[in-house]
Amino acid sequence: MSTVTGTENQELAPVSTESLAALLVAKERPQRPSSPSTSLTFGWRAILKIKHVPEQLFDVTAFPIMNLLMFTYLFGGALAGSPQDYIQFVLPGILVMSVVMITMYTGVSVNVDIEKGVFDRFRSLPIWRPSAMVGYLLGDALRYTIASVVMLAMGLLLGYRADGGFPGVVAGIALLLVFSFAFSWIWTMFGLMLRTEKSVMSVSMMVIFPLTFLSNVFVDPRTMPGWLQAFVNNSPVTHLASAVRGLMAGDWPADEIAWTLGWAALFVAVFGPVTMRLYNRK
Amino acid sequence: MSTQSSGPAIETVGLVKTFGETRAVDGVDLTVPAGTVYGVLGPNGAGKTTTVKMLATLLRPDGGEARVFGHDVVRDADQVRGLVSLTGQYASVDEDLTGTENLVLLARLLGHHKTTARTRAAQLLEAFGLTEAAGKQVKHYSGGMRRRIDIAASILNTPDLLFLDEPTTGLDPRSRNQVWDIVRAVVAQGTTVLLTTQYLDEADQLASRIAVIDHGKVIAEGTKGELKASVGAGSVHLRLRDADRRPEAERLLRDLLHAEVQLEHDPVALTARLGAATSDSAAEQAARALGELARDGITVDNFSLGQPSLDEVFLALTGRETDGSAGDGGTGPDTDADTGTGTGTGTGTGTKDEVAA
Repeated sequence: MSTVTGTENQELAPVSTESLAALLVAKERPQRPSSPSTSLTFGWRAILKIKHVPEQLFDVTAFPIMNLLMFTYLFGGALAGSPQDYIQFVLPGILVMSVVMITMYTGVSVNVDIEKGVFDRFRSLPIWRPSAMVGYLLGDALRYTIASVVMLAMGLLLGYRADGGFPGVVAGIALLLVFSFAFSWIWTMFGLMLRTEKSVMSVSMMVIFPLTFLSNVFVDPRTMPGWLQAFVNNSPVTHLASAVRGLMAGDWPADEIAWTLGWAALFVAVFGPVTMRLYNRK
Repeated sequence: MSTQSSGPAIETVGLVKTFGETRAVDGVDLTVPAGTVYGVLGPNGAGKTTTVKMLATLLRPDGGEARVFGHDVVRDADQVRGLVSLTGQYASVDEDLTGTENLVLLARLLGHHKTTARTRAAQLLEAFGLTEAAGKQVKHYSGGMRRRIDIAASILNTPDLLFLDEPTTGLDPRSRNQVWDIVRAVVAQGTTVLLTTQYLDEADQLASRIAVIDHGKVIAEGTKGELKASVGAGSVHLRLRDADRRPEAERLLRDLLHAEVQLEHDPVALTARLGAATSDSAAEQAARALGELARDGITVDNFSLGQPSLDEVFLALTGRETDGSAGDGGTGPDTDADTGTGTGTGTGTGTKDEVAA
């Protein structure tokens, strides 16, 4: 773990044991912070990391734009007559697909963090246990927001018009963020469970590709064979895509919203405890 | 000054941790008095880090019990976390963040308000001589700076118990001495320190009691004096001017010091391993031997005094060598540290001091 750099040769200022002693005399400890407070502090850490390593925004900017352009022009003519007609249908879906795909990077960053030393320090702190994990997800929520805004801006340029107006779009994105937060507990689990960054990545791909493509994001499920329809119609991504599409179109798809929130609750209820068990045992 | 002054800081009974087939920690019993530095000495893979991780609630023991200031590390893990801090090669800081950001982050997690967190971070960086590097990402820090920021992060709140897991491994002698100064300053304020190390001289410099651990078991425990007595006082290395006088010198040393004398490959060199039987220090015994040799007209060109190295401690305690992994072999302290005149002058990597005779 040698980090030899230019600073290595610099003369280090001496340690002042007197001022150190003065600092150590203060034995009083502040009150323990609340769980939202520690979670937000970890979220702040995630934002600091974006500040220092801005390259990590690549996957929430370039990747969604690429998806949007690719699928709109690839399928538009064949499926809806023209890309302009298709984008009206496909944009909310691609938005959902892209953001849900991006969530898998959470697992990778959890895994990378464990490899480094800082993780054990966090685990030894007297704080609400899940806050480090929740912090990751809060930082990620910011990334998903960026991705959503980027895609919507691009969509507007390509001719997408949301009939739901601003409120509809905001409601759609909010639902997408809630779902992504809940869904990400799968990735925190994999991040803690699997040994290497690579294995996290490959397992995540195996989950995310079928789950996002086998949905109603691109086409109407009625064109699919019966067994596939059974899967697609019950997939959480389908419910989410329908709900977001409805909200952005100015409807209130109560059933789909309820289904989406139900799935979200289920993800947290199942993968949250598994993640925390792994976190405590690591 | 500790609020938990009654009872030991750490008490473990039959602590066990297994990883698959390996018993990494195999029934460790430790009692660490509060307010002292306790040294845990052993080679790589002896089970030191695993023990510390269990005590710091990072690993769950598979057997036995451990209490920190009376709190069980499994059942009362949360209370234990409130009293301890740890610094090691594993528990460090976030390399992507700057020094200031790291300390502010941790201070906030400990419940400090934004402004007090900033003040505390700045004060600590100042005390640790890191003010200039405060705005740099930690990944650009040198080894010595890394260790300082790691320790600073551990004392944002003055802990009752501080774990230092091999705090100086891989550091140059100067940085090592500075870490030692920090440890002394921390202990002076009443914090108990559990220090693990591969270096006998480090334990010697800092710890009042030492446990030697090997293959997950405590193989010796006691004060520094007791431990040294069990392995002998050290050895005297001599180089004579005249190879012909060597048999004579050998005989003289054996009679005078009751020491085991070894003839080196070099025809003018010999080594006497000093016993712990007498109350004389190694230096006194060596001085007497030199006097006798001079009286007999045997000219000594050069001599040096060596403390028992970790290898020798292990040889004495287990009857076998360390598993060849004891770092850079830097285990011999210098002799003036041994006689108590010098502090913080140990070279760490030298095995003995050459003294012109």
